[in-house]
Amino acid sequence: MNILEYSAVELSTIIKEGKITAVEAMKAVIAQIDEKESTINAYVTIDKERALQAATNVQKKIEKGELTGALAGVPVAIKDNMCTEGMLTTCSSKILKNFIPTFSAEAVLNLEKAGVVIIGKTNMDEFAMGSTTETSAYGITRNPWNTDHVPGGSSGGSAAAVAAGECLFALGSDTGGSIRQPASFCGVVGLKPTYGTVSRYGLIAYASSFDQIGPLTKNVTDCATVMEVLASHDTKDSTSIKRDDTNFTAALIDDVKGMKIGIPRDYLGEGLDIEVKNAVLTAAKKLAARGAIIEEFDLSFVDYAIPTYYTIAAAEASSNLERFDGIKYGYRTKSFEKLHDMYKKTRSEGFGAEVKRRIMLGAFVLSSGYYDAYYLKALKVKAMIKKVFDEAFAKYDLILGPVAPTTAPKLGESLADPLKMYLGDIYTISVNLVGLPGISLPCGTDAKGLPIGLQFIADRFQEKKLIQAAYTYEKQSKEGK
Amino acid sequence: MAKQYETVIGLEVHVELATKTKIFCGCSTAFGGAPNTHTCPVCTGMPGSLPVLNKQVVNYAVAVGLAMNCTITQHCKFDRKNYFYPDNPQNYQISQLYLPICRNGYVNIETSTGKKAVGIHEIHMEEDAGKLIHDEWEDCSLVDYNRSGVPLIEIVSKPDMRSAEEVIAYLEKLRMIVQYLGASDCKLNEGSMRADVNLSVREIGTKAFGTRTEMKNLNSFRAITHAIEGERERQIELLEAGQQVVQETRRWDDTKEYSYTMRSKEDAQDYRYFPDPDLVPVYISDVWLEQIRNSQPEFREEKMARYKKEFDIPAYDISIITDSKHLADLFEETVAICGQPKKVSNWLMGETLRLLKEKNIDAQDICFSPQNLAKLITLVDSKVINSTVAKEVFEVMFDKNIDPEKYVEEKGLKTVNDERELQKTIEDIIVANPKSVEDYRNGKEKAISFLVGQTMKAMKGKADPNMVNKMLKELL
Repeated sequence: MNILEYSAVELSTIIKEGKITAVEAMKAVIAQIDEKESTINAYVTIDKERALQAATNVQKKIEKGELTGALAGVPVAIKDNMCTEGMLTTCSSKILKNFIPTFSAEAVLNLEKAGVVIIGKTNMDEFAMGSTTETSAYGITRNPWNTDHVPGGSSGGSAAAVAAGECLFALGSDTGGSIRQPASFCGVVGLKPTYGTVSRYGLIAYASSFDQIGPLTKNVTDCATVMEVLASHDTKDSTSIKRDDTNFTAALIDDVKGMKIGIPRDYLGEGLDIEVKNAVLTAAKKLAARGAIIEEFDLSFVDYAIPTYYTIAAAEASSNLERFDGIKYGYRTKSFEKLHDMYKKTRSEGFGAEVKRRIMLGAFVLSSGYYDAYYLKALKVKAMIKKVFDEAFAKYDLILGPVAPTTAPKLGESLADPLKMYLGDIYTISVNLVGLPGISLPCGTDAKGLPIGLQFIADRFQEKKLIQAAYTYEKQSKEGK
Repeated sequence: MAKQYETVIGLEVHVELATKTKIFCGCSTAFGGAPNTHTCPVCTGMPGSLPVLNKQVVNYAVAVGLAMNCTITQHCKFDRKNYFYPDNPQNYQISQLYLPICRNGYVNIETSTGKKAVGIHEIHMEEDAGKLIHDEWEDCSLVDYNRSGVPLIEIVSKPDMRSAEEVIAYLEKLRMIVQYLGASDCKLNEGSMRADVNLSVREIGTKAFGTRTEMKNLNSFRAITHAIEGERERQIELLEAGQQVVQETRRWDDTKEYSYTMRSKEDAQDYRYFPDPDLVPVYISDVWLEQIRNSQPEFREEKMARYKKEFDIPAYDISIITDSKHLADLFEETVAICGQPKKVSNWLMGETLRLLKEKNIDAQDICFSPQNLAKLITLVDSKVINSTVAKEVFEVMFDKNIDPEKYVEEKGLKTVNDERELQKTIEDIIVANPKSVEDYRNGKEKAISFLVGQTMKAMKGKADPNMVNKMLKELL
């Protein structure tokens, strides 16, 4: 069997069994990168030398019995908005084109402790703002299933890298759907954990209230396994939560009998592609056949999720991105007169159009005279949306729905109409507003052969329910083949 | 008849808190240090870094608020104040706008016109900025983030003060409270206490406030007084000339004793305040609040009342000693060791104050320990040294906190109590000074003082002058 056909957990197992080495695994992945990368462009930075050196060190530790974890020796990719000590971290922006962090993100450290080997940093929408990975300053990433299509975004590079076999799994970050939507478009599994489960320390913030790091993997088992490594209570992150229920692999159970799953009618209405709708409903039937209790219900306020999200996220982004000013690190304009001019030119030249749009939107909703009408109102609506979900989870274990209204659009179709692009986040965004966990997993393909994604949403801290339902669905769909 | 004007003043006072580490990271707050050595990713605004609140800042802020009779906001939050400047590494300052930790308090002050209460509008917590250094030679600016993230509280008064005298009394009061709490050393000249003065004038009898200006860069009580007087006159002159006072921020130039426009209201920035999403709301539980309340120290008024009851020392001494928490602590601890409140007070009121003034040192920087002062007092009491030697020893102790027992031993300063040795010296003095001896014998009592002095000189001060006097009289 080709090394690239293994899942992360399977590959680590054969490495620990001595059937192949971590270095051989890394070399196989590098060979795949050499073959695919010129078309896919999943990475901003690839450091083969460092990766091979790290693989050598990990292999030694495995041989000495110092590394025994389920992911030891596995080659992985990290989204380029997570700090990696000594390795370029750009957020796919010109403004950080030369930024090398002095420390690694907590999530990255957790992975390294578990013995994974980092190959490089994946491409993304600039500062995670976008749904297609087309706003990157380092070129677009193409969908491995059809290179005329986008991989989704903002973690498009991570999703494409996993789908193309350019790594065994990848880390992404999800602020409004940025893990789940590209996972859906690229036919992989993506999980956005409960807010506070994975430390944000070292994740370069887009919208602090919503950002969460999570895995993009080949299957649900890998997803649960990576989550177990990522989840940790970090005193460096004030919003990090101490949990004692992070043994996620315990939820890899092939059973949904008696599980109550609600499908919001609002998620099946206008704007949803018929092929996606049918795939989701077919999946629901399959789960019902395994004993799940499936019901349609009305989830109100769905229409308000997008304006609420874009108000709050843009407000936070406008402030979070103020530190990129050319003074301390990153890009600085060539010629300028005095301080104000330097700020203005540096930021005008350093940021792309979508980032500037959100900075301006955010500055506007926070400005004096508009704060109450926009920002404060958005916070109030957010609280109402939370209530709606609380009520839903009083009745259901899980909510089931599509991830995105369509499969992956063609390259170049989305950016022309940003509002339409924002509307594409409709099924993923509430999860971030409320801090819920959500998982995206493949449920077939459309007529063009592009992957369709299925989404489960659970109440806060109920990742295990997500994993169990996703695992059960994945099992039966494989058996179905 | 010329119009009569009233000055209306409100103060914004920044106090740097005496925590060991910064407000949102573990870096040291120690003063000095090579540029950018007390820094980390958090206080230099590196991408991906996150703030974590130092609880001691909350403890201090609540303690100050309680001492100023404020209502404590048990559910408070931090907000971001957004503005671009290189000394501010994130380009936003973490502060409090919407839910400041303390609100609605007051402090009592006393001036020549009587007693009054000055209202406290609010107290909020925030982080300090770094320091910019402009290099004229290289035509560039450098930034030092050692101060970035040092915790501050800002105490905002109500516009309740009417004169420079009241302002100074108010600041003295704040300083006293904060120092007694150990929350800061409150030094205006070193910037650990900074006061911005908001001032307007109005005709006496009018209810509405006039247009106010804000004055910054006031680094001494003298500067504050002069700035207030100057600004009052400037505003009155404008009004008298039929002109308007412009709402603006003015900067005080201490060398020119003059304030000038820094920025007008039109240039005022929109700080786009909003709750900092990287920090969770601070919840000060009843239990936590009670803990802080119970550990509040005895403040000056209570201390003065207690001293009056417990110690037989003059009211003036009490007011001087309690003027500094450190001096009061020194007093009480020394008395606890050696008793003798009157003698301890004398050392503090006399030699200590003299040396403080002479060396231009703040009372809170006194370095000698109560143990050593007690030892010195005991040495004099037990006649091991005389008072002249004691003063010499005290000066050394004041500088270096030496152990007076050891010092007296090492330097051989003990009073000679060996009567034979002393008698021999006195006999030599009598022989060497026949004129004085004769004067004394002829009834000139004063002549004996000269002989005592000569003997003390010959003994290099190490004799008990009373004993010398007594022995001289016997021998003559």
